[in-house]
Amino acid sequence: MESMIIVLVGVLTTVAIYLVLSKNVVRVILGTAILSHAVHLLILSMGDLKIGTVPLLGEEASTYVDALPQALILTAIVISFAVTAFILVLAYRAYQELGTDDLGAMRGSQDE
Amino acid sequence: MNSLLVFPMLLPIIVGVLLIFLRTYGRLQAWVSIGAMVITTSISGFLLHQVQTNGIIRLDFGGWEPPFGILFVADSFSVLLVLTASLITAICLSYALISTSKELQTMYFYPTVLFLIAGVNGSFLTGDLFNLFVCFEVMLLSSYVLLTLGNSKRQLREAIKYVSINIVSSWFFLVALAFLYGTLGTLNMAHMAVRVAEVGQTPLLTTISIVFLIVFSLKAGLLLYFWLPGSYSSPPIVTSALFGALLTKVGIYALFRVFSLIFYHQPEVTHTIIGVMAALTLIGGSLGAIAFNDIRSIAAYNVVIAVGFMLVGLAISTPSAIEGSIYYVIHDMVAKALLFLVIGTMVTLSGTSKMAGMSGLMKNYPLLGWSFFITMLSLAGIPPLSGFIGKILLSSAAIDSGSYVLLALALLSSLFVLYSLLRIFKNCFWGETIVSKEEQLPLRRGVLIPCLVLVALTIALGLGTEYMAPYITNAAETLLNPDIYVDAVLGNIQ
Repeated sequence: MESMIIVLVGVLTTVAIYLVLSKNVVRVILGTAILSHAVHLLILSMGDLKIGTVPLLGEEASTYVDALPQALILTAIVISFAVTAFILVLAYRAYQELGTDDLGAMRGSQDE
Repeated sequence: MNSLLVFPMLLPIIVGVLLIFLRTYGRLQAWVSIGAMVITTSISGFLLHQVQTNGIIRLDFGGWEPPFGILFVADSFSVLLVLTASLITAICLSYALISTSKELQTMYFYPTVLFLIAGVNGSFLTGDLFNLFVCFEVMLLSSYVLLTLGNSKRQLREAIKYVSINIVSSWFFLVALAFLYGTLGTLNMAHMAVRVAEVGQTPLLTTISIVFLIVFSLKAGLLLYFWLPGSYSSPPIVTSALFGALLTKVGIYALFRVFSLIFYHQPEVTHTIIGVMAALTLIGGSLGAIAFNDIRSIAAYNVVIAVGFMLVGLAISTPSAIEGSIYYVIHDMVAKALLFLVIGTMVTLSGTSKMAGMSGLMKNYPLLGWSFFITMLSLAGIPPLSGFIGKILLSSAAIDSGSYVLLALALLSSLFVLYSLLRIFKNCFWGETIVSKEEQLPLRRGVLIPCLVLVALTIALGLGTEYMAPYITNAAETLLNPDIYVDAVLGNIQ
């Protein structure tokens, strides 16, 4: 199970890096969103998957799943959501002002 | 008593949220936020005194004892930085009150600055690595907003680069955290220190520590500073001053904390890499500082040089080196804010940031000229100003430990700092006066007061070294003996 998830993390990271390296701003933003999904899955797999039951008081079991990674992911998802929302708005404003969504054309000169 | 520890982070957040509702009242917002920062500064001063007398203070949120809950830990190092950061923010806010346009003042500028300082203070105080990530993000998100406020095309362009770089570095932070949690099974820094000491620093852990090094280097501008000059020289003056004084210092704090508390078992690997990076940073920053004719870029490259200089202390890691670095961090926060404010004022007055467009400002604005002169001496480390003591301690430590290459680079970089600022002083303040007395833009009343306060502060820090010494020694001692920190956090549990 963990090895499958780790392979998935690798695939997602590959896709995300391909997107981040492109010239189009929207693709870069999608790439960063996928990057954060990949790392959330990585954190999840660090807490061992399916080894026991949920950590609740009523459950009579010998092993429980570590719940902490899920709390970490929850926080990280919210943060990445906020940052992605911000950078989308930023890209839209930049497109309005600069008239381009191509990162190569956004380079600008030293003398502005 | 312990509950006071939450105020440096909580107070700015609460006041910031309240100020959102007062959007249209620019001046009122400014006064309220300055008041909040003054209160935060005095609370930090009180905390510093408490730490000095009673040892490290700890606050467990929700009564969860370590290693299970999130906690704030205040040792001398973190409280000193919180104190300085809050004070600098108060001064920068007063500059904003006097000189910023009405447009910026009513566009959530003050709440955002308060959220920024909340993130900065939280990063300094937290004792939990994931919480450090969260505080980083609070700080970064505020800095994204501050960088884009002002609405020039150049800012939007630089913001896209800055935000993308920081998203990628935050991703690295999460990857390193995931692997570290998988290896050690804890997030509390003191607990991590204990576990790493128990199992020994295996190659895997050293690799994870190098990933952390990449993350914090990106935030601090250590070798990976390619994004820094552009994003520090495009926003409004006040924002640049806040960035130059605060943002890189958080990365530096994180490097010091992590590599002195958790990953200190293999200095021949980690600290060597830090030393090489610091050396390259000094070289790159020095070249950048003399290569440009744009005074805002020169100021930004001076930030880079200072980062390299402070990390030399961590690379050497002897008591006097660490002390020198702490002195230098505090001095640099004051001096960099001052440098950016003075340079920003010059840009405002002459309407250009090119050196060729200014000449003979000394005739028109003598007080500004001499403020710049003192800033220059302070940054170059001339006694009796604040930069001197840090440089002398670091240099003597470098001689004692035999790191002559780092010593040579650190001292050479000081000369480059002096040269780059002297060039500005000579070209912009002396020479032919191009603007006559009648045509010159009037300096707005009170615009120089924040700068003069900072000038007084840099002189006071230089002359009052004796009074600071016990706190700094205590901070360095805690950094070099991780057991003090660990006992303070986990003492009653082990």
